[in-house]
Amino acid sequence: MRTLTSVFILSSALLLAACSSTKLDDKAPVVDHSASGADARSVGTVNTGSDPLNDPQGVLAKRSVYFDFDSYVVKPEYQSVVENHAKYLTSHRDRKIVIQGNTDARGGAEYNLALGQKRAEAVRKSLSLLGVSDSQMEAVSFGKEKPKAQGNDEAAWAENRRADIVY
Amino acid sequence: MSKTIFLRLFAIFTLMIANFAHAQLRVEIAGVGANQIPIAIAAFGNESVAPSQVSAIIKADLNRSGYFRIIDTGNVMTENTPVNYADWKGRGANAIVVGSVSRLPDGRFDVKYRLFDTVRESQLSSMALTTQPQYIRVAGHKIADDIYLKLLGVPGAFATRIAYVTKSGREYHLEVADSDGESVQVALRSNEPIISPAWSPDGTKVAYVSFENKKPVVYVQDLVTRRRTVVANFKGSNSAPAWSPDGSRLAVALSRSGSTQIYLVNADGSNLRRLTNTSGIDTEPQFSGDGQSIYFTSDRSGGPQIYKMSITGGDARRVTFNGPYNISPRISPDGKYLAYISQRNGKFQLYLLDLSNGQEMRLSDTARDESPSFSPNSRYILYATSDGGRGNLAVVSVDGSVRQRLSLQAGGNIQEPTWGPFMK
Repeated sequence: MRTLTSVFILSSALLLAACSSTKLDDKAPVVDHSASGADARSVGTVNTGSDPLNDPQGVLAKRSVYFDFDSYVVKPEYQSVVENHAKYLTSHRDRKIVIQGNTDARGGAEYNLALGQKRAEAVRKSLSLLGVSDSQMEAVSFGKEKPKAQGNDEAAWAENRRADIVY
Repeated sequence: MSKTIFLRLFAIFTLMIANFAHAQLRVEIAGVGANQIPIAIAAFGNESVAPSQVSAIIKADLNRSGYFRIIDTGNVMTENTPVNYADWKGRGANAIVVGSVSRLPDGRFDVKYRLFDTVRESQLSSMALTTQPQYIRVAGHKIADDIYLKLLGVPGAFATRIAYVTKSGREYHLEVADSDGESVQVALRSNEPIISPAWSPDGTKVAYVSFENKKPVVYVQDLVTRRRTVVANFKGSNSAPAWSPDGSRLAVALSRSGSTQIYLVNADGSNLRRLTNTSGIDTEPQFSGDGQSIYFTSDRSGGPQIYKMSITGGDARRVTFNGPYNISPRISPDGKYLAYISQRNGKFQLYLLDLSNGQEMRLSDTARDESPSFSPNSRYILYATSDGGRGNLAVVSVDGSVRQRLSLQAGGNIQEPTWGPFMK
């Protein structure tokens, strides 16, 4: 272990020395270090067992589908969200999701629960059409009981007309 | 193992909290009946021996009802004090209430009362109640119930209880209180929402929807033993419990088929049977008084409307036609009225439909009403409303004249109220 570390330190030092010498010598032949694709010394990290689900910059980080007022149809702009999760779920048959439907605060608790369910079911059906197994999904509703946005204006209502995909 | 310990600790913690962390309700009277019966209520003999003043409870009940005008007698009169009818009639009282309280050797209290009619110069009623100290308020409510019955011809509902949900920060309580908002007890405490409480017909259990498992699940909780039964926890959402009049089963709304539909299930969770069969929303079932029909909310015609169908299945008949959005049907115990929430001009308001003649009446001036329920004597409707974003409760008489508002003294939201049944 210790030897390995020393080797690492040594190689790092050599690497640093190599870099600084190139940089310092302005008259040396031009080598483009900025284009990473052409840099034979660049190192990309591969973690075994890495899951694209955990990539905060990845397409799977988008897990909410927003709906229009009084609407229960997945809009075209959210089709990619559904497709990305469908792709992941069909290649990871062991993964399960809960789709949580939500509504804005107006109206009764029970009817809103049923409306939130309609939104969750719309997302579930879209995923199902893309090959996700029913055993991987459960559509539930929070109705108006767990609003993400507080407040009684159109901005808050729009934020709460939503279905979330939860792994 | 560790989960069991956690659950036990949680249960102990819940019990500790339940003993002190409940909020007081404040009741304001906002309207009274047009014809009030003037009634004299004397201070009861020796009533200071009891933890609560019985005559004060009777006065507050009758006053709140909106149908009585209280005349103070200014002195103590027991059930044995001779009554001078002419004198009381001269002071404007049509009736007079007298009584006494005494402590028994075993710690219980004896409450005696008499009601006299000063016009007909006769005794209308008398009662003797023996009660535990913690139920002295209930004894007062029972006397007020008797007075209400004898003078108005309708049983009073003062000795009944209400259930509702409070929300304070992240904490939800299912609470039970007397109909006057006193004697608050916490039945369930959770960090997730609780909605749709529904009393069993005998008043010992409450069915409700709890989100404690990250999804709506229907439970029945025995209020006395704290025992909880999962009535419906199927894939999807489980909600909207309603008891059959005999208490043997519940109607619930389940999304297990992919759309929210109405099912019947035994109170222990067995014998599930699907009742409605549409691809849209069918929810908020309520049994009719005879248990043979179900009123419910459905979007089969587009927006939500109220329908009625037989518990044996078959076609549903539409009941509401005015306005694009009618939800939360409740049938009065006497079967005469349907109360519901209707959206008109952007406001969600309490409406009442007289089922005998189809006459519809708006009963509120507020804009965000929800969750109506009838008093067991069919005279009042309790509902939730909100005021500057804060949830309160309100009570209105079916004729629209008597109004009360109930709010949490300490602030916070109070919602999802439901009025309990008559109890022995």
